[in-house]
Amino acid sequence: MKIARMTICALMLAAFSAPAAYADLVLPWLEYRTGPYSPSGIPTADGFEDYLTLINERDGGVGGELIRVVKCETGYNTAKGVECYEQTKGEGALVYQPLSTGITYQLIPKVTADQIPLHSMGYGRTAAADGTVFEYVFNFPANYWDGASIAVNHILDLNGGNIEGKKISLVYHNSAYGKEPIRTLEKLAEKHGYTLSLYPVDAPGQEQKSQWLDIRREQPDYVLLWGWGVMNAAAVTEAANIRFPMENFIGVWWSGSENDVLPVGDRAHGYKALALHNVGSDFPLFDDLRKHVIDTGKFAGDGTSVGSVLYNRGMYGALLAVEAIRTAQEIHGVSDITPQMMRDGMEALVITEEKMAELGLPNFGPSFAVSCENHGGPGTGWVSQWDAHNQTWSIISDLITPDKEIIDGLIAEASAQYAEEQNIARRCQ
Amino acid sequence: MFYREVGDFKTTYAADSQTFPIAFDRVRYYFVLIVAVLLVPFLIDDYWSNAVFVPLLVWSVAAIGLNILTGYCGQISLGTGGFMAVGAYACYKLSTEFPDLNIVFCILISGAITAAVGMLFGLPSLRIKGFYLAVATLAAQFFLVWLFNKVPWFYNYSASGQITMPERTIFGLAVTGPNVEPWAQYLICLAFVFGLAWAARNLTRGSLGRQWMAIRDMDIAAEIIGVDPLRAKLSAFAVSSFYVGVAGALYFSVYLGAVEVTEAFGINQSFLVLFMIIIGGLGSIFGSLVGAAFMVLLPIVLRNILTRGLNWDTALATHVEFMVVGCLIMFFLIAEPHGLAQLWNIAKQKLRLWPFPH
Repeated sequence: MKIARMTICALMLAAFSAPAAYADLVLPWLEYRTGPYSPSGIPTADGFEDYLTLINERDGGVGGELIRVVKCETGYNTAKGVECYEQTKGEGALVYQPLSTGITYQLIPKVTADQIPLHSMGYGRTAAADGTVFEYVFNFPANYWDGASIAVNHILDLNGGNIEGKKISLVYHNSAYGKEPIRTLEKLAEKHGYTLSLYPVDAPGQEQKSQWLDIRREQPDYVLLWGWGVMNAAAVTEAANIRFPMENFIGVWWSGSENDVLPVGDRAHGYKALALHNVGSDFPLFDDLRKHVIDTGKFAGDGTSVGSVLYNRGMYGALLAVEAIRTAQEIHGVSDITPQMMRDGMEALVITEEKMAELGLPNFGPSFAVSCENHGGPGTGWVSQWDAHNQTWSIISDLITPDKEIIDGLIAEASAQYAEEQNIARRCQ
Repeated sequence: MFYREVGDFKTTYAADSQTFPIAFDRVRYYFVLIVAVLLVPFLIDDYWSNAVFVPLLVWSVAAIGLNILTGYCGQISLGTGGFMAVGAYACYKLSTEFPDLNIVFCILISGAITAAVGMLFGLPSLRIKGFYLAVATLAAQFFLVWLFNKVPWFYNYSASGQITMPERTIFGLAVTGPNVEPWAQYLICLAFVFGLAWAARNLTRGSLGRQWMAIRDMDIAAEIIGVDPLRAKLSAFAVSSFYVGVAGALYFSVYLGAVEVTEAFGINQSFLVLFMIIIGGLGSIFGSLVGAAFMVLLPIVLRNILTRGLNWDTALATHVEFMVVGCLIMFFLIAEPHGLAQLWNIAKQKLRLWPFPH
């Protein structure tokens, strides 16, 4: 009885207090394995955790320091994301990867005040690519505006460089995430002469019947998709229902995973999506991963998502974090780095083809170098296509470079506006 | 033993009609106030402030607001999230258009703007009641969220449709923005909660509150004894929306700092506030506070016990949390359909007689 009461007291204490810090390298992961976004959240989280487990098991951590992943469930909800951030930041968090544009927006001012780096890989606030304004925020190797431009460039390629008068529709999650590409697409429409029509889908995105009825009436030449979670599968299903040609339906890299097309079956054959990195598990790294993590049963989740697109995404995020830690350790000559040192490491991060090959992922992602001014990387990407018969994604294009002229102008404009609103002095002068 | 009137003599009318007529209750109330004002600010850190106290206080204001309308005046509203959005967007527009305007006035004016919008959407209440009114306010919820998504003027034409609160200060001390001290953030919310709860308590005890309650209990009878339903209902909508608007402004400016209307002020928030007042107790200020505490703190406590205390997997803990919170809501409503406030009243009655029940 007494013990039971003491346990309850201890639990009550534990219920609110944040635990003491350990001397590990702490990488927090704001995951979502529940709710309508879990189809996207689970494989990404698995990939992130498994790669770090591999680093700990195979190499004994980075520079002799073990990596500890601190997990917190957000359910893709911004208020919970803030709670998670406040709860985990005291443990010595090196870099945050919230995997949610809404939470990223929320955390940008907070991490800047707390001096903890934030890495939104291929999502988040696009203006953060301007390192002169956003000191602690990184979004390399590519951002939404790059994505929008890559998609348009792909359409240009398909049409021999002329899309004058073509109709392009954007089906998007009606949130900060889905609205991000609109301005870029409008700018590109001015330049290339296509007409753009917008179809917002309210969260969580299962209800899209009316939008697709409109699309059927309007008969656009191409449809772009900016969806996440259950919205993706619903969009591909609706597109199949109105018999929209799948090869003209292009999703952003967040709308191109196995979970988005498998529920639709054969009718999803030919659906295209942008790719931030290479697809599949045909890389030397996966042998190590199988040996040290999968076969030993130390994998995260249920182990079924290994090698899927989003699993690779999570893995790539973890890989970039680990390489940034390594860079920071080299710069500062200590192994137990602080978040500020981590920031220096991220800003000096150089990823080359040789390095990727050395890590067991040749030809997996782009080569790039982060600098004080450029936190956004090269912005390049591929186009991948779904083969419903073999149930595989495959890369069908060369590395596509976005229209940097337009995007850099937009980024400069947006970051200047943010700097003025928040009264931020420019760095790197 | 506790809660005895014995020996507590009232010699003036003012003393006789005070909010806490029993000496023990009064002492307890002052004790809570002293702890909240003088002790808590020195103890809280970012986590306690951002994850526990500030959301608790903000939701308390919203719950008091809805309780005035639903609990005291009997008008069901499902538009709380939409009205909170009005408060938040008003606060954003005011603070970006007039950067020199003090944040306190900014929040109060946001409340006033919300009151005007609330009265507009309260007009149907003069003709329709009950479930039909609920549907009319539901329309307000969807219309307002759609409006703030659709018209870029409201979010200053930002690319993402998000609104971000710039830093604002009181006496040179930041209360919004990223550089805010946890205690400053907490104290400004506490000041609003205290002031608004005090005002609400006294409003509901006065002539206006009695009119609301008369309308709630039977509107035809109320009209016969001289209560003007137009005035009573619209004033309830105005006061309630003012509170909800202030809550929305605080939620955006002090608590989150950046919001997106669909997620932050969706229909879920309307239901959340409604659950707070149903669980806390309709027609009770104390009930609003307890209900808010129940709905805000319980999930946090559960989550922390399961993931940090017992080291459960976070996904499993979240699923269990949903089930446990749901079960507890049912348990409390079965145990006492009139909410936690009524439970507290019963406990008080028992304590008055204790330890000699006969």
